[in-house]
Amino acid sequence: MTTVLDRATASRADDPGPRRRRGRRAVVPYALIVPALLFYAVVVLYPTVAGGVYAFTDWNGRRAATFVGLDNFVQLGTDPAPRSALANTLLIAVSTTLLQTLLGLALALALHTSLVSRNVLRTLFFAPALLPPVIIGFLWQYVLTPSGPMNDALSAVGLGALTQNWLGDPSIALASVIGVIIWQNAGLTMVIYLAGLQGVPEELLEAAAIDGAGRWQRLRRVTLPLLVPATTIAMSLTLIGSLKLFDQVYVMTGGGPGYATETLSVVMYKEAFVSGRYGYSTAIALVLTMIVFAFAFVQLRGLRRFEVDA
Amino acid sequence: MSARRRSAAQLAGRFSAELGMLLAALVFAFPFYVFLSVALKTPADLAASPLSFPTDPALGNFAEAWQRGDLGQAMGNSVVVTALAVALLVGTGSIAAYALARRASRLSYGVYLLFLLGLMIPLQLGMVPLYQLMRDADLLQTYTSLIIFEVGHQLPLVVFLYAGFLRALPADYEEAARVDGAGTLRAFGSIVFPLLRPITGTVVILTSINVWNDFLTPLLYVGGSAQQTLPVAIFAFRGEFASQWQIIFAGMGIAIVPILLVYFLLQKYIIRGFASGLKG
Repeated sequence: MTTVLDRATASRADDPGPRRRRGRRAVVPYALIVPALLFYAVVVLYPTVAGGVYAFTDWNGRRAATFVGLDNFVQLGTDPAPRSALANTLLIAVSTTLLQTLLGLALALALHTSLVSRNVLRTLFFAPALLPPVIIGFLWQYVLTPSGPMNDALSAVGLGALTQNWLGDPSIALASVIGVIIWQNAGLTMVIYLAGLQGVPEELLEAAAIDGAGRWQRLRRVTLPLLVPATTIAMSLTLIGSLKLFDQVYVMTGGGPGYATETLSVVMYKEAFVSGRYGYSTAIALVLTMIVFAFAFVQLRGLRRFEVDA
Repeated sequence: MSARRRSAAQLAGRFSAELGMLLAALVFAFPFYVFLSVALKTPADLAASPLSFPTDPALGNFAEAWQRGDLGQAMGNSVVVTALAVALLVGTGSIAAYALARRASRLSYGVYLLFLLGLMIPLQLGMVPLYQLMRDADLLQTYTSLIIFEVGHQLPLVVFLYAGFLRALPADYEEAARVDGAGTLRAFGSIVFPLLRPITGTVVILTSINVWNDFLTPLLYVGGSAQQTLPVAIFAFRGEFASQWQIIFAGMGIAIVPILLVYFLLQKYIIRGFASGLKG
């Protein structure tokens, strides 16, 4: 999403249009912003700032909050649940972002061809991204039960050795969750790449072919460099979304077994609305916020280096 | 000879690509197959042959899920919340973006960036203070609390989409209207807003899906009440029916029918909306 901020800056700098014409136009009043700003202030601005303050208190909703400095953050470093959640959240974010981008790109490249089945497949691959995460979570919870369809199907095709207690075994539960997230959202990445592929000029690919570039070289030297903007968007969306991951984990595993699939969002929710430790839970949310901003910054820096013009 | 051999090789290549993708699609679609087949099975059928497709579809599962889960009520709630939130988002978002895009001042740019910040800030940070605010205003367990939340929460995306579109839209028409004496609001309503139709389509698609599918905040605000939306009702439903998976799947099937219907009818626009909208 920093792309968004970045683009806004860029377009303002390159385009002096509105300013140039301002002289001969009646001014659009700022009052038009007020209704939107009111909603935004009540729902996002005020609560976020208040949350930022409460993160440094022992507030629990029953008695007045007192400032406790960095105590919440110190405790966060020693509590097992948020510690696992922190590691899991980072692991989920990095692996989901990389794998989903690769899978989405592969699907888009495969379907940006003359395959007869491409429209049906596009519809199919994108469908899970539109469905409620709660329902996707329950669907997979059933599919992955030890005596459930996944293991049955593996046995049926002779892969019985691969059967697992997918969500119950602490050593693979997190990988199962990551798999479900990728299954649900790979179609979204695919759709973004398909839109990006439409912007790759056919003449450029033909010219490369005439110059003797093979299929792989055309992909590497022409197509992929032109897909960097699409990659930035797809990766930012996936990264920010997976850092905030809640719904699927909450309904599939509730963070278990043990702390194997806890995420910062799930721990935060439990601390706030099960244990009533408002200050502490908000400190967890503040850590999450910092991570989101740090990742977005690093990612933007890293990806912009690869951008080229068509 | 060589030409014919090449075209034969090409044909074989295309055939194997087609086959490979179909195979991938089959694996990908497996959970959907499970979804449908479990929803149509009797408990005995499910226990006896878990993977096969039911020979005698148990349509009664859907009737039972609909009645016992009170899904009609939940679906009505979802429709009300989504429709009102999306209408408010289009109204407040388009007109705010209009002012932000047409004023080239430092202030308007600052406000624009402030909105965009909302695309990144996790809602968790403000979750407790906002919950308290809603509780103190006595709005918990009402549509109002959810609608206010969804509007504020989705506005950054809406303002971003409208402002981007408006910057590329020449101001000539509205200027002409204003020269003819139309006020700002009239010029916006009769000239600008109709021109925004393509991006309004994208906004409606993206925000409807986001609001319809939202779970965490609706769970907090309207969970367990008569106002609960579909994802919250399904969550409660799962707890209630514990291991009666065929009823749970039938209920979930009912809950996704509206989305799938709209998707199949408007898929070209929906896919384009996601691709272009997210591309910015």
